[in-house]
Amino acid sequence: MNDTIDITLNGERRAVARGATLLELLAALDLDPRAVVVEHNRAIVRRLALGDVRVAPGDAVELVHFVGGG
Amino acid sequence: MATAVETLRDTPFAIGGRTFHSRLLVGTGKYSDNETMVRAIEASGAEIVTVAVRRVDLDRTKQAGVLYHLDPKRYFLLANTAGCATAEDAVRYARLAREAGFNEFIKLEVIGDQETLLPDVQGLLEAAQLLVRDGFKVLAYTNEDLVTALRLEDAGCAAVMPLASPIGSGLGLLNPYSVRIIKRRLKVPVVVDAGVGTASDACITMEQGVDGILMNTALAAAQDPVAMAHAMHLAVEAGRTAYLAGRMPRREVAVPSSPLEGMLD
Repeated sequence: MNDTIDITLNGERRAVARGATLLELLAALDLDPRAVVVEHNRAIVRRLALGDVRVAPGDAVELVHFVGGG
Repeated sequence: MATAVETLRDTPFAIGGRTFHSRLLVGTGKYSDNETMVRAIEASGAEIVTVAVRRVDLDRTKQAGVLYHLDPKRYFLLANTAGCATAEDAVRYARLAREAGFNEFIKLEVIGDQETLLPDVQGLLEAAQLLVRDGFKVLAYTNEDLVTALRLEDAGCAAVMPLASPIGSGLGLLNPYSVRIIKRRLKVPVVVDAGVGTASDACITMEQGVDGILMNTALAAAQDPVAMAHAMHLAVEAGRTAYLAGRMPRREVAVPSSPLEGMLD
């Protein structure tokens, strides 16, 4: 059985570990959960709940943060 | 701050129940490098600093985030919805920004035209209503139209932010009359946002009696952003103080400053 699934991450197709939680996804990307906001299938996932939500094939995940702007 | 003239003590600059010490708000975009940005913001004396919400660059993580360079404990972060063209998008960005956990303030932009970056007034009002209902303190970027400003105030915005001229144009305050009338008619703070190009623009804008100015490109695109930030700091204080001092009336004829009596034959 394939141990990865495809999701859409920040608009791009990406293979991630099957059954991974959003928290595990961030860790795999070397991202600090305190430094990003996560949107899962258009719903914001609060920081404390990141370990409870698992990604499924075809999910859309957006990882955003603050950048310079006016 | 103790001013030279005690009678000119200013009223506090308060937005959405919070009081701020500087009437100059600055953006964090378009700087050539982060060190210059940090030094310019320090020189500006600004407390409120705007940031944008964007995707994390998954190939170049960490240092790309502005908070890696800017201490969020030192500055009041005002997230914007820049780049959003619909009320729905703006609400989505605002909610993502709030989830970052700093505050419930949002600088609302709904852009209706890509060439001029002028606001979509209908989308702006719709987004403002939704966000106010959702508990946000909305600072709405708008054009210098009184009726729109009044509608934004009615919608519950914490501040209304008419432009001096289009974003990034540096054309200065094109319509002082409209900005003055907006300030006169609104009860919520009026912060001029966008278009200021140099210190004299900022001074003239503050002389209209508005509560503050938000600027980005005027600093970031100056030859020396740190020096320009210092100049803007002085200009905003000068313009505010001149407004409070009350300028002399304009006359179309000369009035001598020296006595006419005592002249030699």
